[in-house]
Amino acid sequence: MRRVAIAGLVLLVLSASVIAGCGGSSESSSGSADLTFWTGFTDRELGVMKDVVADFEKTHPDIHVKVVGGISDDKIVAAIRGGNAPDVAHSFDAGAYTGAYCSNGAWIDLADYMKQDGLSDDVFPEVPREYSQFEGTRCALPMLADVYGLYYNKDLLAKAGLDGPPQTMSQLMDYAKKLTVRKPDGSLEVVGLDPFDGFYENIAAHWAPQWGVDWVDESGKSNLAAQPGWASMLEWQKELIDWYGYDNLVRWQASAGDEFSAQNAFERGKLAMNLDGEWRVAFIGSEHPELNFGTAPLPVDDAQPDLYGSGYTSGSIIGIPKTSGHKDEAWQLLKYLATDTGALVKMTNGIRNVPTTTAALESPDVKPDEAFNIFLDIFANPNTRTTPITLVGSANQDLVDAFVTKYQAGKVDDLQAGLADLDKQIDAQLEAAGGAQVP
Amino acid sequence: MSRAAEAKLPVVRPLDRRSARRRAAWRRRGQVLAFMSPWLLGFTIFFGYPLVMTAYYSFTHYDLLSSPKWIGLANYRYLFSGDPIIRTAISNTLWIIAVAVPLNAIFAFGVAVMLSRARRGIGFFRTVFYLPALVPPVAATLGFVYLLNPATGPVNNLLRHLGLPDPLWFDSPTWAKPSLVLLGLWGIGNLMIIFLAAVIDVPKHLYESAELDGAGGWQSMRWVTLPTISPVILFAIVIGVIEGLQYFTQAYVASTIAAGSAASATEGANSLGYPLYSTMFYPVLLYQQGFRYFNMGYASAMAMLLLVVAFAVTVIIVRNSRRWVHYQGPAVR
Repeated sequence: MRRVAIAGLVLLVLSASVIAGCGGSSESSSGSADLTFWTGFTDRELGVMKDVVADFEKTHPDIHVKVVGGISDDKIVAAIRGGNAPDVAHSFDAGAYTGAYCSNGAWIDLADYMKQDGLSDDVFPEVPREYSQFEGTRCALPMLADVYGLYYNKDLLAKAGLDGPPQTMSQLMDYAKKLTVRKPDGSLEVVGLDPFDGFYENIAAHWAPQWGVDWVDESGKSNLAAQPGWASMLEWQKELIDWYGYDNLVRWQASAGDEFSAQNAFERGKLAMNLDGEWRVAFIGSEHPELNFGTAPLPVDDAQPDLYGSGYTSGSIIGIPKTSGHKDEAWQLLKYLATDTGALVKMTNGIRNVPTTTAALESPDVKPDEAFNIFLDIFANPNTRTTPITLVGSANQDLVDAFVTKYQAGKVDDLQAGLADLDKQIDAQLEAAGGAQVP
Repeated sequence: MSRAAEAKLPVVRPLDRRSARRRAAWRRRGQVLAFMSPWLLGFTIFFGYPLVMTAYYSFTHYDLLSSPKWIGLANYRYLFSGDPIIRTAISNTLWIIAVAVPLNAIFAFGVAVMLSRARRGIGFFRTVFYLPALVPPVAATLGFVYLLNPATGPVNNLLRHLGLPDPLWFDSPTWAKPSLVLLGLWGIGNLMIIFLAAVIDVPKHLYESAELDGAGGWQSMRWVTLPTISPVILFAIVIGVIEGLQYFTQAYVASTIAAGSAASATEGANSLGYPLYSTMFYPVLLYQQGFRYFNMGYASAMAMLLLVVAFAVTVIIVRNSRRWVHYQGPAVR
């Protein structure tokens, strides 16, 4: 009898220790450390990051860094929650996650480290400086930015008798129609430009700066219905989609190939013009070096020609999750990745993303490249915009994109009323997240 | 207690005997508990604890990263009157239950009846019809999205060759749910095997007496087969409804892949529920709230509602079933 009781007790203790073991994290704080660095990069781009980290290890022989690629924000959050997050984490989407990481200490506040090292955030240009902090808390540093522009296939433009990239939305529409090739049965062979929300990089946020519109008013309330630019943007997109035929376009998209693969429709010449990020320059270089393409700022609203040259930007952020056992060493790595000119130049030359310190932007070591330099110019344009950082991450943008999709499908009868209703939904969402309400 | 000690006591008073018996009973209980302890522990840790915590979180604002903040009924208020997508999610879920559960049951039953009458190759056909049930749901869904690709899929190629209309399947708000139903019908194996066992198990003498009474094929099906296998039909309905309420994996995979955003920067914006929320089922919305937007408190409130509804629906079906389900053999009630 007693034996049975003891066995039961042992079982209990064993399982308790197993459970406790799941949540444990190793703590140690000496000069040398094994760090883990989680990044979203994969494949070729991950290779470049590993190179840069290897340079760091050479100058910091006591610190060893294990680089893990292909990490998403879901995973970072789950790991912080589970107590097994890395020492340095990298998120691709500052707009969606800076609020989440900074508002509650999930990534530690870097103010003390910066003061201690005499590092001012003036080393970052204004836009990345802003999107890497939330309401005054700097829990992240920017590491590389993304800038969006227009890619066009020079051969296809020449074949259609078109000269140079379009600069206004009416020109863009005209180009798109002239570049489109239909099969005998009416289905689409080559598409001029696909503005379908959700296709590749097409989301409302990436198009909106070309109409000069904002997301919120001065009081922070959603401000879509009151700015005519939002409605004209949606009407412009829908007009083009209707010209293709909604079903035709959806069918063509189903054969367009994955965005991040050599099957990408633009890279294969099945899409003559495309909204895309600066990184595509390097992807084309490695996947389809034979493609004769050019880049340009995205065209702008006909009524606001002054905006030409601007675009949308957002970027990557890196920070130290609160569960890190080696915060001091992690800071060394963080500082190196975010502010070392040599490191940023190496990343920029390898990955072809935009560097995020003024020094690196101006560095003569950044390899010149006509197609890539256009994006550096867009990044530097004073009218270039990003999306406001909110507590709800990208939930507000998701609501907008869901509405845009619905409108593009012809399921919204009254656009203006729809936008007004959307404003209300977003406000309710933001208010709920900020106050003691839900969600 | 040793025998010697017992021998010393010439008279055992009733009180002592009772307490000895009580002690033995406790010992027995302890033994039972000890043997049950692995299960008890598992139940408490993996079911009881999460359930209690879910109930607690449903009254809090909890973003997974900072500690939960008590907000009373606010999550439930938002659930019933604030969330702009919840109605779509509920109606999609009801749709899949109303369409898929009966279709699955009828299809599985039909296949089972055919198999039970096969004279030759029953083993072969049974395997063929069962096999899809072995394919992991994610792989099966990926396969269907490929087969039903509106532009390059073999199904539409065939339809076009035959001059038939070729729907947009997973890319069409009208066809996305029917495509998921097709996927479900393909993987009917488990249910089919259960129906097959039940159909084969119907006593032959019932058919013989029905035949003597002049019953035809349809009548013996209606009055002999169906009543005899009614417990299995009940099982199919209850399991089907619960699975319908939890419908997630296929919808998640199909929408994300069909939206083409599995690896793109627009992930999340339009992929869940693609196209146009037509595959936004209740559990998908729950996932989006909990793990995309980190509204874990709200997601917990949604989970509690789902639990209550699933429980209530099961009770209603089981109660109601007494009118039409017949159990054979010695009564167990």
